Amino acid sequence: MSKLLSPAGTSVLFMGNEAIARGALEAGLSVAAGYPGTPSSEIIESLAGVALERKLYVEWSVNEKVALEVAAAASFAGLRSMCVMKQNGVNVASDFLLHLTASGTRGGLVLVTCEDPGALSSVNEGESRYFARMLEIPLLEPSSFQEAIDLTKWAFELSEAIGNVVMLRSVTRMSHASGNVICGKLPAKFRRAKFDYDGPVMDSRTGPMISTPVVAKHALHQKKLKDVEALFEKSPFNCYVGPAKPQLLIITSSVCFLYAEEAIRMLNLQKRVGILKLSCTWPLPQKLLKKYLRLTDKIMIVEEVLPFLEENVKVLAAGMFKQIGDKEFYGKMDKTLPAVGELNPDLVAAALAKIMKVKYKSLPVAYTQELQKTATLIPVREMTFCPGCPHRASFWNIHNALQLDGREGFVCGDIGCYAMAALSPATGYHTMPTLHSMGSGTGLASGFAKLDVFGMDKPVLAVCGDSTFYHAVIPALINAQHNRADITFIVLDNSGTAMTGFQPHPGLTVSAMGESVPAVDIAGICKAIGANVAISDPFDLDETCKTLNSFVADKGSLNVLIMRQICALSPEKKGKKKYDVKVNETLCLGESCGCNRLCTRIFRCPALTWDRTKKKAVVDEVICAGCGVCYSICPQKAITRTEAIN
Amino acid sequence: MKHRISDTKLHSKVYRGGKEDATQPYRVIRRGADDDANKGRRRKAAWYKDPMNVIITGVGGQGNVLASRVLAGMLVSAGYFVTIGETFGMSQRGGSVMSHLRISYESVLSPQISQGRADIIVGLEPAEALRVLTRYGNPGVVALINSRVVYPIGVITGELSYPSLAEIESIFKKMTAQSWLIDATITAVELGNPVLSNIVMIGALAKTALLPIDRRAFEKEIARSMAADKREINLRAFDAGAMMIENIVD
Repeated sequence: MSKLLSPAGTSVLFMGNEAIARGALEAGLSVAAGYPGTPSSEIIESLAGVALERKLYVEWSVNEKVALEVAAAASFAGLRSMCVMKQNGVNVASDFLLHLTASGTRGGLVLVTCEDPGALSSVNEGESRYFARMLEIPLLEPSSFQEAIDLTKWAFELSEAIGNVVMLRSVTRMSHASGNVICGKLPAKFRRAKFDYDGPVMDSRTGPMISTPVVAKHALHQKKLKDVEALFEKSPFNCYVGPAKPQLLIITSSVCFLYAEEAIRMLNLQKRVGILKLSCTWPLPQKLLKKYLRLTDKIMIVEEVLPFLEENVKVLAAGMFKQIGDKEFYGKMDKTLPAVGELNPDLVAAALAKIMKVKYKSLPVAYTQELQKTATLIPVREMTFCPGCPHRASFWNIHNALQLDGREGFVCGDIGCYAMAALSPATGYHTMPTLHSMGSGTGLASGFAKLDVFGMDKPVLAVCGDSTFYHAVIPALINAQHNRADITFIVLDNSGTAMTGFQPHPGLTVSAMGESVPAVDIAGICKAIGANVAISDPFDLDETCKTLNSFVADKGSLNVLIMRQICALSPEKKGKKKYDVKVNETLCLGESCGCNRLCTRIFRCPALTWDRTKKKAVVDEVICAGCGVCYSICPQKAITRTEAIN
Repeated sequence: MKHRISDTKLHSKVYRGGKEDATQPYRVIRRGADDDANKGRRRKAAWYKDPMNVIITGVGGQGNVLASRVLAGMLVSAGYFVTIGETFGMSQRGGSVMSHLRISYESVLSPQISQGRADIIVGLEPAEALRVLTRYGNPGVVALINSRVVYPIGVITGELSYPSLAEIESIFKKMTAQSWLIDATITAVELGNPVLSNIVMIGALAKTALLPIDRRAFEKEIARSMAADKREINLRAFDAGAMMIENIVD
């Protein structure tokens, strides 16, 4: 039995994402849809794993906007549904979200956004809490694993009570952290879908699901948000922990609550500092805030990433100035806490120590000095393409084609593991000077290609992954074709959404729930748009380079090269070597070869290392994935490969 | 080595705080963790430290996450609260990875350990163990390190240098209360798959008796969490790791 379906009352260790999934199941979820993105992916994955047993419908949608539309359809038909994404997904879904919040919903609909303060696995540290304020919907932020279950469950009730979307925001340190929880009851499995739309236009239960008449519906929407505020005033999810008369009040939410608690313990300030932990952060409960703001005149606000709580608490404090008196606020705005990046207990403790004028217990000076000395000895470990990664070979091909062309062409990048090609240490031949949102590499290339009339005559390439192609690239590609943007577009097709854990996408014949589904062919779409399309294996350096050269040199048409090679970490491939690769020490000429150590300085595979004593290349057989590409790059033919026996 | 968690039989009744105690909403805490009977028991166990902070570190792909899951699973079964803090995704692509485990008798805690507050460091890779030591080390910390090096790209290209194993060993000797350096990867390769080195390390960790985990707990855990055909080889890896520590002690 899946851990996610543990019986009521059992104590289990859940990842935050599993706790959110469990909470949804306890609420009687019927439909879940999402697009993979760290740190959110495990929610849909774990729900998909129990979908058949719990009679759910769970899908990986083509992108976040469509995922929200799929979830909304279920809500309109009276079912409870959930839509899951990472922070930037909310931007993708936001156009529909604006209209959805205006039309309202029926069955409980919870939008879960898992955000990434510090951009641990993102190219932004975007913050979605402002969407809740802008779109006037309730915002909940769980501060522990148990609360992730219970708050998610309550989010569905709340959504149904007000007939609108509820946003639940988690962060990496909650979604990907784990802790003990106690499971609640799972309800009966089957719920019937029924969509009524013949009623009066202002009847949210039976009328059409539209945002018009806009102003009248907007007024109703705002009235309901006021009802939410009243519920938040009494919610047990908001609580105060600390002395009756604290010298400092910390207002915090999410995992920052655990940091604040830890910091108070570290500094032994339990009798002097209190915490108002808010798990309902929009709309803010005014009366509750008034009660606790009155306790002291020093307030510190601890949150990630932008000062959302800080701004909104200050606005409320200004409005109730006569009742609560003058306050001194500490937080991000006065730089007591860092304005960027993620927080941790140390950062909170340092801020607390400063405000409370207490000493931070530190290690013996001699020990600390010794540690600092040690730190200088440790080499930096940059992220890099894995051994056997198809992207390393793909970028090697792209680099060589552009070198041969000689016009200083460049590549507009996109989001995926291949984004590492924008980071110089990943390879010795980086050629990707732009990296933004999903699909934007192709749009940028489309724009760059039109700059030839302004004197910029360089080959422009764009890359994207297979999952990204479906998510957001197709409109940009149509734009390039229709507007005669002369680009070479490369799909780095590694057969899955590799970076987030091999979730299926529309190019594959299996769905999130493991069912057999039709695959949508990338080459067919590109051909229908009117592009020249070729497919190659990036591990076949000669053939790929030849095709790429002809595409880069070709003027006046849209060329698409699909570089197809499965990810080295995919379940199908992992642990199975195609080749046994070795360095023939007599043939390797080392530094005197004249290749400038092409293999270890330029190609940069972690499994191809340098033996400092022998001054020759050497294969680390423990981590070598056996792709055999390095065999093709050695000018001395000193790297040998033989078919591996698996 | 002074701290050690044991006392696994204390009563494990838990409750959801929010429903019964307004000062501890929505956190699982142990009923009566601070009552006199328990204090008495804990006083008897002079080496008890709460929480016990463990950091497992290595390079993406070495099985850091599995090691932390298996270890946490054993401790949860033994009645402890375990909070794990880790990150997945891009950070795993050949980069440094870390799992923070906090083992407590009383409650779930912050998923990030504070600087200088690690009690046990389990290093699947020596330079990563050293990196964790410089941030989380203190004179009382103990360390168990796999001696198998995975070179960072900067070292392979020759731009950076990697300290010698002898140098690393002497730093750990000097800067920790106790340390073990073992070649878990060679043992795993001998067992047929280098990927087993994380379980070899868990076996070694069990043998150090720093935590209340043993072979039986491991067997129970893998029976629960691993496919049947993988259990035997993992148990052999666990035993091999335990043997490596035993040999050092002898």
